[in-house]
Amino acid sequence: MNEPRIPRDPARRDFLRGAAAAVLGGATLAMPVGAGLFVFLDPLRAPRGAGTWSRVTRLSALPADGMPRRFTLRAERVNAWTRYSATPLGAVYLRRTGEQSVQALHATCPHAGCLVDYAPARGGFLCPCHNSTFAVDGAVNDPASPSPRGLDALEVEIRHGEEVWVRFQNFRVGVREKVPA
Amino acid sequence: MKTLADRVEMRTGLVSRLRRLFWAPLPGGVTWRRSWLAALGFTFLVQAVTGFFLLTGYSASTQTAWESVFHLQFQTPGGWLLRGLHVVAAQAFVVLLALHLLQVVIAGAYRAPRELNLWLVLVLLPLAIAQSVTGWLLPFDQKGYWAARVPLNILGVVPGVGSWLPQVLLGGAEVGHHTLTRFLALHATLLPLTIGGVLLALWRLDRHGVERDSTVPGAARPEASWWPDQALRDAVVCLAVLVTLLFLVLRPRLTGAEEPFPELLAPADPAEPFAAARPEWFMLFLFQFLKYFPAGTEVWGAVVIPTLVFLVMAAMPWIGRWRLGARFNTAFILALALGAVSLGVLAWREDRANAHYQAAVRAAREAGARARALAAGGIPPGGALELVHADPGLQGPKLFARHCASCHRYEGHDGLGGIPTDPPSAADLKGFASREWLAGLLNPERVATAHYFGGTRFAEGRMVRFVQRDVAGFSETQRAALPKVIAAVSAEAGLPAQVEADARDAAFIAEGRELIRTREMKCTGCHQFHVPDEDAIAPDLTGYGSRAWLMDFIRDPAHPRFYGRRNDRMPRFGAEAVLTEREVGLIADWLRGHWPEPAAP
Repeated sequence: MNEPRIPRDPARRDFLRGAAAAVLGGATLAMPVGAGLFVFLDPLRAPRGAGTWSRVTRLSALPADGMPRRFTLRAERVNAWTRYSATPLGAVYLRRTGEQSVQALHATCPHAGCLVDYAPARGGFLCPCHNSTFAVDGAVNDPASPSPRGLDALEVEIRHGEEVWVRFQNFRVGVREKVPA
Repeated sequence: MKTLADRVEMRTGLVSRLRRLFWAPLPGGVTWRRSWLAALGFTFLVQAVTGFFLLTGYSASTQTAWESVFHLQFQTPGGWLLRGLHVVAAQAFVVLLALHLLQVVIAGAYRAPRELNLWLVLVLLPLAIAQSVTGWLLPFDQKGYWAARVPLNILGVVPGVGSWLPQVLLGGAEVGHHTLTRFLALHATLLPLTIGGVLLALWRLDRHGVERDSTVPGAARPEASWWPDQALRDAVVCLAVLVTLLFLVLRPRLTGAEEPFPELLAPADPAEPFAAARPEWFMLFLFQFLKYFPAGTEVWGAVVIPTLVFLVMAAMPWIGRWRLGARFNTAFILALALGAVSLGVLAWREDRANAHYQAAVRAAREAGARARALAAGGIPPGGALELVHADPGLQGPKLFARHCASCHRYEGHDGLGGIPTDPPSAADLKGFASREWLAGLLNPERVATAHYFGGTRFAEGRMVRFVQRDVAGFSETQRAALPKVIAAVSAEAGLPAQVEADARDAAFIAEGRELIRTREMKCTGCHQFHVPDEDAIAPDLTGYGSRAWLMDFIRDPAHPRFYGRRNDRMPRFGAEAVLTEREVGLIADWLRGHWPEPAAP
């Protein structure tokens, strides 16, 4: 019996060379793409919004009959390279629920992210985009309403017996669960 | 002697390549149907060319996007035509693509080996929609901003990518500079390069596939070439497309439409709701479709069902092999087209019948016109939104509707044209402190109507009693003095609309000023007028209706200078920090009709 001969295998060598070329070529291309993607995906590294407390108004400004009133929240905000000292972050509806208690609702519709209007004729809030309706307390009040959840309640604190503070944060829209965006 | 062509050919091989391209046999012969692709390619080229030049004038940041588009469209000669062509061609591309798909399916041009003919069109459709969505945001006006938000939010419900893709596209948690830079990069490089590549592939495949399609008569033995017969047809089709595009751009100008075309509404304002938000017209069907998906199921309407429809279309080459497969495919695509058109028409009709939406569109257009007028006076470095936020003409009505219209009215409406359900319980403030307004207040017939004190507790008060008894019983001389008193009180306001009248009637007003203090006219029995009066129980007439007076009044109507403890239900907007100083000023200026047109630079 002869020793197994190593065949001259041009096909195999060609394949190896081809594979090497593909790997090398791919690697050289992957590097700049990777460098780009690393920067492009930077927003994912930003911490999810924990919300910022800001003073919105005074307790006496809210009607005692529980009618919601809309307020624009202003706070410092950094937009990439621009720093705004007091820029509108978003809007909340505040509503008296008692002598010393206030309910704060995010004015953004949890369906598709439009701003809802207070529409007493419709029994609460109405979203102009896809006609979601909500009761005054923010709950979905119509089974046909396209919104997956009620208006998002925000944390409220009454400080010094008079100042209404709200922790403003955004939530993901279009999903049932209320998760910070 | 070598010709130039020979020299070029020897060095580049270009001539023979071009020759092959021009004179290569055309499988299936010269047809009009083949010109669809030419039309698509041409529309794409229009986009690329106009897009390049738009890019030379565009600046992607939240403080410059709207501003640069405004400058391009309204302050650069011919800018409207450039942007118009780009906008119209974008819509034409989607329409042509949809029709092309319809045609490919009905003609059965997806049969093996031509599957790619269909699949590439299916790849183009979402790409074209992505172009439309990214393109809409770039002008960064209210419409684009709110229209782009919705698809981004829909993307957020897609399982798997929903939790991170929107954030990557937005370039953060909020819309900001990076949203615009990212959208621009996608819109002007990645997406068009891909679309261009796919179109090129479609064009090459057209020849390649038909040649091998046994069902096309004479495909294997083509006699015609692209040049010149097919080229002529293609050129005719491209010209027809161009004429249509130009017609659509020029029509609003020719018919004298009020709204400039393409539309540019007020700059995007994340804190300002936009009730007129709608997707572009060819996406209205999906918008309508989504309305039928109640709470939490919208992922079905927005993602699952469209994906399934796409999968069915992609499977058409295999479905087509069954006995009735081709008929099924045709029926499916026709039903789809019919469904989309019906839904679109339904959405359009619902909107047309929706008074709330129509009012929102009108308001949005007015706000847009005002923002453009302000911008025409020169935009500050902080952007046009600064102008918008500081403009009483734009902010006054909104603040009035939000804070005042639950009791007051403005010419019968809430400031924005809406009619609140509850009847007014305080005065109508249109023309407040003007001579007409005061004349109505001092008219015994009108003082107790809802227009003035009718809805307030002052309906039973001394002023109403005074007007209904004393003024009604005025003597001849008193009656003659009344217009002078009215003019004098009104002149305190210094209303911009009355500047000329006040100057003209200076003597008349001076007389009135004296009369106010007389016992006959009885004003100073309750009101204070320039002379401090501790016992005054009614609002101060000194500077009545002036900016300072009105701001003080809005800040604290319960101040002793105004209603004191007798204040009815009016909130103390400044004292209770409901409104900021700036907002109080904006309402005062708006009520006084003081929002001057900016001077052109």
